[in-house]
Amino acid sequence: MARQKLKTIMINRDWCKGCGICVSLCPTKVLELDAADKATVVRPEECICCRMCELRCPDLAIEVELEEGKENG
Amino acid sequence: MVKKIRFVQGNEACVEGALYAGLDFFAGYPITPSTEIAEQLSERLPEIGGKFIQMEDEIASMCAIIGASLTGKKVMTATSGPGFSLKQEAIGYACMAEIPCVIANIQRGGPSTGNPTHVSQGDVNQARWGTHGDHAIIALTASNHQDVFRMTVDAFNMAETYRTPVILLFDEVVGHMREKLVVPDPGELEIVDRLRTSVAKDVDYHPYLPREDGRLPMSDFGGEHRYNVTGLFHDMWGFPSNNPKLVSGLLRHLVDKIENNVQTITRYKEHFLEGAEYILVSYGSSARSAIHLALNRRDKGEKIGVLELQSLWPFPRELVKEKCADAKAVLVVEMNMGQILTQVKAAVNKPDRVFLANRIDGKLITPSDIKQLLRVIQGRGV
Amino acid sequence: MAVKDYLRERFFPHMWCPGCGHGTILNALVRAVEQLQLPKNEIVMVSGIGCSARISGYVDFHSLHTLHGRALAFATGVKLSQPRLKVLVPMGDGDALAIGGNHFIHAARRNIDITAIVMNNRIYGMTGGQFSPLSGPGVKATTAPYRTIDSSFDVVELARAAGASFVARTTAYHAKECTELLAQAIVHKGFSVVEILSQCPTHFGRKNKEGDAVSMLGLYKENTAKLGSKALEENPGLIPRGIFVEKERPEYCEEYDKIIVQAMKEKQS
Repeated sequence: MARQKLKTIMINRDWCKGCGICVSLCPTKVLELDAADKATVVRPEECICCRMCELRCPDLAIEVELEEGKENG
Repeated sequence: MVKKIRFVQGNEACVEGALYAGLDFFAGYPITPSTEIAEQLSERLPEIGGKFIQMEDEIASMCAIIGASLTGKKVMTATSGPGFSLKQEAIGYACMAEIPCVIANIQRGGPSTGNPTHVSQGDVNQARWGTHGDHAIIALTASNHQDVFRMTVDAFNMAETYRTPVILLFDEVVGHMREKLVVPDPGELEIVDRLRTSVAKDVDYHPYLPREDGRLPMSDFGGEHRYNVTGLFHDMWGFPSNNPKLVSGLLRHLVDKIENNVQTITRYKEHFLEGAEYILVSYGSSARSAIHLALNRRDKGEKIGVLELQSLWPFPRELVKEKCADAKAVLVVEMNMGQILTQVKAAVNKPDRVFLANRIDGKLITPSDIKQLLRVIQGRGV
Repeated sequence: MAVKDYLRERFFPHMWCPGCGHGTILNALVRAVEQLQLPKNEIVMVSGIGCSARISGYVDFHSLHTLHGRALAFATGVKLSQPRLKVLVPMGDGDALAIGGNHFIHAARRNIDITAIVMNNRIYGMTGGQFSPLSGPGVKATTAPYRTIDSSFDVVELARAAGASFVARTTAYHAKECTELLAQAIVHKGFSVVEILSQCPTHFGRKNKEGDAVSMLGLYKENTAKLGSKALEENPGLIPRGIFVEKERPEYCEEYDKIIVQAMKEKQS
């Protein structure tokens, strides 16, 4: 199966409470908490599109958009 | 058309009234002396495609009927004292969330397990204040089976009209005694259905926004409009809020919608009140003895009248004040330690002329009991 | 329909603490509903009282926020009166199994087609962190300052014994598994129970030195194992995850419909 390409990771900063789950459990360390304690994408090129950040986020603040225009839907 | 004439227990008259009013969901639990209602409905409801369920306890029964009411059904449960106590939290929920439902309490001796197979009228104040917090409630009662039927239909109509729980406060004597009942033809008595919203699909529906006439249109769960129902104070969409203005506004609404309609809700009967020197204020099976005494003493020239209350809450203060205005004395005849007595005293112009004629040993108060007490009040001794 | 279509977005950000497992459960649940493409008007979510119960306010279904412990009783009324509706009942551990224990047992016994989601964080969170019947012994809580002496019990075994026809367990760490199991539970005709271990870092985690949300999720990963896995075989002390019961049993509403048919027939004759 061809590896899916990441288009973008959208993070809703109003909803994100900075719990750090996405940061700590990302297998390739794509995300970090910024100065405002919000999740932010720092290494998008490392993303393997596993979408675990999106699925685990307790705030439903993350949407992983893949290259073919397919969203998390 | 041949009228349906039946010789039944009061409990069964209640069943007939409920079915006539459109009952189609009952959840209950066995408890003396109300069990016959559950038994009858377990047989009658499925015959008409309605649903009956015996839940695991009294609390679950009350909760289940609220759930069913939200899907659009006309619902009822039946119980007695101990079960009535258990249901109070959920009754309060129905008050707060404005959900139509009927609760029949066939009163027995209390408190606690009390006297399961004997009568009392001890739950009157509990019907008013059993659940916590400020709230209003409607409680109806009856002394004979024709009125049991009638008040049951009224209970359903009022529940649907005011979006409220309505309590049927019957008692063990009326519940278990057998008497003739004439079942009205369909269409003879008015049946009221809840107001349903006419708001179109995809248009914002507000479950808790009263119309100008004060009525609150409902929308069935499973229908076009999705909204929230909660026991917390809530906004017009049904979502929780503790905003002070909203809280006091909602509380006022819950109480006013019933208290402002006392006149429309009030039910009563007069017996020999014209020119009565002594007035017996009574209700339920006690009223039967009061009426018998009044009738009996008429022949002896004694002017005794009976004001038979059929709605106990909201208490018909103006009615009682008006009817008792010219009486030499008022006797409140009830089988408890003076629950309606307090209300009557507060209502009339001369509260020191209001007396209690009661019986609290589990036996039906008799005309003789009332006569003896009346004689003492009249200064004539035994 | 996208996931967001199943949410009442105007209420976000939600009221749960940062890192609360219940948020992940909400996430998994709406994905399960989306996967099944269930029409929103056909779903009634009935919840009790507690942090768990607040979930019903965030979903765009018919929502019924009831009384502590009584969600299943209300839900029984909803479902029996209108069997075509999908009834989902998320509850907390105390909500479902302390005050609600009786109703849990009987809903399972009836095998009524309802999906019960036990959001088990082993604490009473909303009231500030008191222990629950699922806390287990040796736990610190505000009403157990000297540690609990109460044992817990196995929710799966209780559900099985009471008659639930679909019983599963997972954790908030295993987000994908949550969605899978919830979808299966919803589809299953009969009483389904999904117990989801959910972290409460604010009360349980802090008081019991389990760290923050991330470390608590780590514990769920370490201390659980899939049914039938080698890990579980080698260490039976781990908490098993997966489907424990999946069978066909007469469903309550369908059985009652048969009663109606019988009653109507007898009345005619």
